[in-house]
Amino acid sequence: MWYQEVSLPCEGPGTGTGGPGKTRVSHPRAGGGSGQPGERCPCPRQGWVPMGFRVLHSQNHPRFYDSTEVIKEQARSGRSLQLRANEIHIKEPIEKEVNPRLLPGELLLCEASTVYKYMQEDGSNRGTYGKLVCTNFKISFLDDDSASDDNEPQFKNKIVGENDITLQCVDQIYGVYDEKKKLLTGQLRKYPEKLIIYCKDLRVFNFCLRYTKEEEVKRIVSGIVHHSQTPKLLKRLFLFSYASAAPNNTDGRNQTVMFETLEDWRDELERTKGNVKYKAVTTNEGYRVSEKLPLYFVVPLCISEESILKYEGRGIPIWCWSCHNGAALLKMSAFPKEQDDSTSQMQKAFLDGIYKTISKPPYELLKLDDLSSSLPSLQDIQTAYTRFKQLFLIDNSTDFWATDVKWFSLLESTNWLEIIRRVLKKAIEVAECLEIQHTNVLLIEETATDLCCVISSLVQVMMDSYSRTKSGFQSLIQKEWVIGGHGFLDRCNHLHKSEKEEAPVFLLLLNCVWQLVQQYPPAFEFTETYLTVLSDSLYVPIFSTFFFNSQHQRDTNKSGESLKTQSGPFRFLTVWDWAVQFDPKAQAFLNNPLYAEKPKPDKSQRKTARFKHQRQLSLPLTQAKPSTKRGFFREETDHLIKNILGKRIGKFINSSDEPPNSLREFYDSWHSKPVDYHGLLLPRIDGPEIKVWAQRYLRWIPEAQLHGGGTIATAAKILDLMEEVQSLQVKMDEEHSQAVSGAVHSVPMRRNSARLSSLFPFALLQRQSVKPALPTSTWKDLEDEDDLVKRDDEFVDLSGDML
Amino acid sequence: RCFKVLVNTLHCTAQCCGMGNPTGSHVEWCKQLIAATISSQISGSVPSESVSRDYRALRDGNKLAQMEEAPLFPGESIKVIAKDVMYICPFVGAVSGTLTVTDFRMFIKSVERDPPFVVDVPLGVISRVEKIGVQSHGDNSCGIEIVCKDMRNLRLAYKQEEQNRLEIFENLVTRAFPVSNGLPLFAFSYKEKFAVNGWKVYDPMAEYKRQGLPNESWKISKINSTYELCDTYPAVLVVPTSVKDDDLSKVAAFRAKGRVPVLSWIHPESQATITRCSQPSVGPNDKRCKEDEKYLQTIMDANAQSHKLIIFDARQNSVADTNKAKGGGYESESAYPNAELVFLEIHNIHVMRESLRKLKEIVYPTIDETRWLSNVDSTHWLEYIRMLLAGAVRIADKIESGKTSVVVHCSDGWDRTAQLTALAMLMLDSYYRTIKGFEVLVEKEWISFGHRFAMRVGHGDDDHADADRSPIFLQFIDCVWQMTRQFPAAFEFNELFLITILDHLYSCLFGTFLCNCEKERLKEEVSTKTVSLWSYINSQLEEFTNPFYVNYENHVLYPVASLNHLELWVNYYIRWNPRMRPQVPIHQNLKELLAIRTELQKKVEDLQREAATRSISSSSDRGSSPSHSATPVHTSV
Repeated sequence: MWYQEVSLPCEGPGTGTGGPGKTRVSHPRAGGGSGQPGERCPCPRQGWVPMGFRVLHSQNHPRFYDSTEVIKEQARSGRSLQLRANEIHIKEPIEKEVNPRLLPGELLLCEASTVYKYMQEDGSNRGTYGKLVCTNFKISFLDDDSASDDNEPQFKNKIVGENDITLQCVDQIYGVYDEKKKLLTGQLRKYPEKLIIYCKDLRVFNFCLRYTKEEEVKRIVSGIVHHSQTPKLLKRLFLFSYASAAPNNTDGRNQTVMFETLEDWRDELERTKGNVKYKAVTTNEGYRVSEKLPLYFVVPLCISEESILKYEGRGIPIWCWSCHNGAALLKMSAFPKEQDDSTSQMQKAFLDGIYKTISKPPYELLKLDDLSSSLPSLQDIQTAYTRFKQLFLIDNSTDFWATDVKWFSLLESTNWLEIIRRVLKKAIEVAECLEIQHTNVLLIEETATDLCCVISSLVQVMMDSYSRTKSGFQSLIQKEWVIGGHGFLDRCNHLHKSEKEEAPVFLLLLNCVWQLVQQYPPAFEFTETYLTVLSDSLYVPIFSTFFFNSQHQRDTNKSGESLKTQSGPFRFLTVWDWAVQFDPKAQAFLNNPLYAEKPKPDKSQRKTARFKHQRQLSLPLTQAKPSTKRGFFREETDHLIKNILGKRIGKFINSSDEPPNSLREFYDSWHSKPVDYHGLLLPRIDGPEIKVWAQRYLRWIPEAQLHGGGTIATAAKILDLMEEVQSLQVKMDEEHSQAVSGAVHSVPMRRNSARLSSLFPFALLQRQSVKPALPTSTWKDLEDEDDLVKRDDEFVDLSGDML
Repeated sequence: RCFKVLVNTLHCTAQCCGMGNPTGSHVEWCKQLIAATISSQISGSVPSESVSRDYRALRDGNKLAQMEEAPLFPGESIKVIAKDVMYICPFVGAVSGTLTVTDFRMFIKSVERDPPFVVDVPLGVISRVEKIGVQSHGDNSCGIEIVCKDMRNLRLAYKQEEQNRLEIFENLVTRAFPVSNGLPLFAFSYKEKFAVNGWKVYDPMAEYKRQGLPNESWKISKINSTYELCDTYPAVLVVPTSVKDDDLSKVAAFRAKGRVPVLSWIHPESQATITRCSQPSVGPNDKRCKEDEKYLQTIMDANAQSHKLIIFDARQNSVADTNKAKGGGYESESAYPNAELVFLEIHNIHVMRESLRKLKEIVYPTIDETRWLSNVDSTHWLEYIRMLLAGAVRIADKIESGKTSVVVHCSDGWDRTAQLTALAMLMLDSYYRTIKGFEVLVEKEWISFGHRFAMRVGHGDDDHADADRSPIFLQFIDCVWQMTRQFPAAFEFNELFLITILDHLYSCLFGTFLCNCEKERLKEEVSTKTVSLWSYINSQLEEFTNPFYVNYENHVLYPVASLNHLELWVNYYIRWNPRMRPQVPIHQNLKELLAIRTELQKKVEDLQREAATRSISSSSDRGSSPSHSATPVHTSV
């Protein structure tokens, strides 16, 4: 798109050309930074506004609407009224309208022009004018600049652009009235001057509506609030409009196992050698057992159909995964607390029977783990995450530096990292039972669809290297979460039905997996960017993956009977079809080039490979028990320590005097050996090892940006090297086959990592200036160290002896 | 007697084998870290002449004792060997083995564990040795607590009656603090030969030439060649061309310790400069010095791009005021009308020492994981790192974006000043981010400009409570590490390089960090009588090279001075804890990839040469060259 630059003299309004909504005003930044504007009005124009004109300035706003017709007319024209500066460029688009790019089934609901999108930087505001639209899929800011940008970003989401916010991605909307922020939820009486949208993917958008026409402000604000913040019906999700309008031509090449068929479950049983003691059952066909359970699932061979049917699947151990030694991970939905004594007696008897059956040989010993008592509650998780994300939803750079001063304490007070640590620790515990103690572990939770999913997925990621490949991980999410019946719709509160149900359980899993990915990068076929875009996909309602509570709910809503009389059921997209969101070039960022791939055995070799896999396990298969013998020397040692060195030393060797803790031993023993990337993988969970997922949480914060730095710097180097190796290989092949000299080869494009920023591949255009971010926060006082602070720093006498 | 030793050892072998095996990690870890830095120098066996006759008898009669003996460096000699000494490891419990004290190290080895348990501590890291425990139950036993400068404490226990002739404690104290006991530091006895001579790394003339000096505004002055102008400055200085030696002497009289403003770095394009100095002796009566005022004006004038000079005073404003009352002070706006004074509010050496002490408390030996973050917060260590980085970023930004020359000083200009100028130079000049360049930077800004290493570290000195000790250089290296974390591809050196530098800051194996200034170093003949750390490093560069390195030429690095982006340097501060194993680096895979590339490049070249000799000239079809597939090449491990 081309613009014509028009220099506008200062005699006042009305000189500009073009109608409302088509004129963009941009100011040279030099004059704008006169200090105060940032505080009161985000528009740099304010810098030129003399006090007397303030009322004119607010013309667009209904509350201040009290002026003459002329002024009103001028205000309507959407142009700036008070131009004192002598060189203000008005860019006028030669093409007429900026239209939103709509997906199939997407409808434009409302729009507003001359909206100023801005961000605060270096104490002043920088931004652009454009159109703000709301559709049944997204809120979108249409900024002409992006269209004229010659740099096509290397990493771009095809569905959700940089200035798009899907309705489900909106976390909270604030209106600013006279510099006061107010949460906008339902009906609005007054319309704000500014709109701040906090997103679930942690972006923050600031829109100034002062130059927008009153009617448009009303429409857009209430539209956005209504469509993104109020309860809606499932069928009103964009998912359905899209599915009915979009041609679904997904190629069947997706390697992800969807677990929608009996076959998938049988294959999984076979893969893990679980088929000896477990069976896939069809009891729930037609959902006659329970609507919460998947159509097909796996139970111990000895469980009868009657028992499954008896309590709608409650009290039945459901198989998750089998360890190479035969021990299995099971989950069970518990009985709710019954008031009625006889009912609870019967339930207890039923459970006892079940436990008895599956504790007998050939089944291993059974260990029960009631996750509702051994892990934080969903409420705790929700509270922690709400506090945690607040640290990253930053309005401006003052905010950022103010948070920064108390960073570690704030971080600790959210408790989020501690929850991650506890969950990882629990997963290690379960792994120890399976691996070392050879016991089956039965995870119990009320519905077995929340923390059960987290723990069972983590255990599999740690113990089964297949789950660390991309397709393996995706299959795992399908198995444990999507088909397993995690209530994505309720937990993400996609429909705004009840905030009580909301809890970031799936995000918790991704955060835990990220810890493993950053601790052992070569063990994973995918990158942290993969996890980040996966977390973003939670809010993109064109995929069915994260928009149903259960397989039953999806199946019943799939038949297109209700909405339209169209033929056939909806064909939903799955998020695992990454080509929908990313072109191949961008998808390269999801694959870990340094993945230590396991040599692929062909089918005939399968058995030996399996054997090899077992031998590769970095742990002995029998538990090494500490010797109970106490030789005289040991006694002597104890004596020496106790009597001579006393408590001062005693404190330091606590660990060895404690009763043997098998978990600690398991953990320490594993960590004392070299890592086998295809074997068991245990996360390190000590203090400093649990970290903040910087890519996900810091990626939109300009102050946190490193020019030429961040993990992308190393990734870029690796990718360059990969390309170089590939081109050399190609070159060599050519030399071999043709023996042609002098053929011209294109040099692979170099990523200049010095030019990339740590926010890459996200937030490409966030911060153009390369000026360093300088802390603006004030220095924290040291109360207790005043004497030290005042002490003389330097040694006074220089004539002292040398050496 | 030998028999008894054998029996004891056998018993304890049996005992410890049954103890499970969490020890392996610690051994591996200790070995990895200590050995990594000096392994290549360890000679195979102990030459018998370096063992005194007393111990030879003991050794020759006992195979186990031989197995537990310390490996020695050329020039190193054994002073004490004591068997059945218990090392009380906070992580694995008590380990019994043989203790060897040489003039360089304290070495404990126990073959009762497999692999053998080894603790190898250069005596230079020892800050304090204390006897603990008293007689009880008729046993005459001893405990020793050794506090180290490198974030660990060691505890030993042994039976007094068996060791009565050996006097472990006295020997340890004498050898750990040679300077206090009238003995030379081990660096003067170290006889290793390296292929590279590290003393040749830094040549001030060459470095200034690299910066384009001298030029019309700046000259290389020999005025300090006999260290008369300033005894803590190097012999070679860069000062404005127009300044006369007489005036320079007057400026020296006005600046604390004679540390006049001299050039550290000049921007190759804008000619904006970083100059460093000490505080002016303004005093409570606002004393002025015309020559000093003119001198700073000259520095400003040397840069045509700006009509301002920024003076960064690293201190807190309030402290600078206190100093003024005592005869020091800062440049007033009235005396220096074109200068803008900025206080960077960085605390003094005592605050930093206290902060490190607190840090050690929370990381050694155990970590309270539930309160980890608030504990880190309470040490303020990372806050101080942040302040330093932020200050250096401001300096670099003034030079790069503001094209304005800066003057940096604190009180004496050898602690915070060195930290700030060296960090700013690292940000501005990609040369200093190479291995060689970084060595030059340390030699120049720290060693030659008189950072008081001997005093701040306390080499060989037993006064552990000396208020002059402070981890100033450690803080600088920590800041550098933070930068390498933020810009993982911008530095030619790796983490081991930085850890090695810190280990030898204390070890006294090399002469590099000995003494307080160039004058002293000359007097002690450090460069002829000792080996340079750079000799060791530069003779095995491969070990210290970052495989991700991409030369960011002419690219200014601005680290983000936010606690979001700062981390505690676990691999240094918590390296003794076996639970904090260093992450298995992806470097290995990358190195393999690099090897594959080299191999392929070679093959392609061979083929091309082959083809060229055959000189077949057929038409080249450019269009048919296959496009690169998107699937990455996987390396197997």
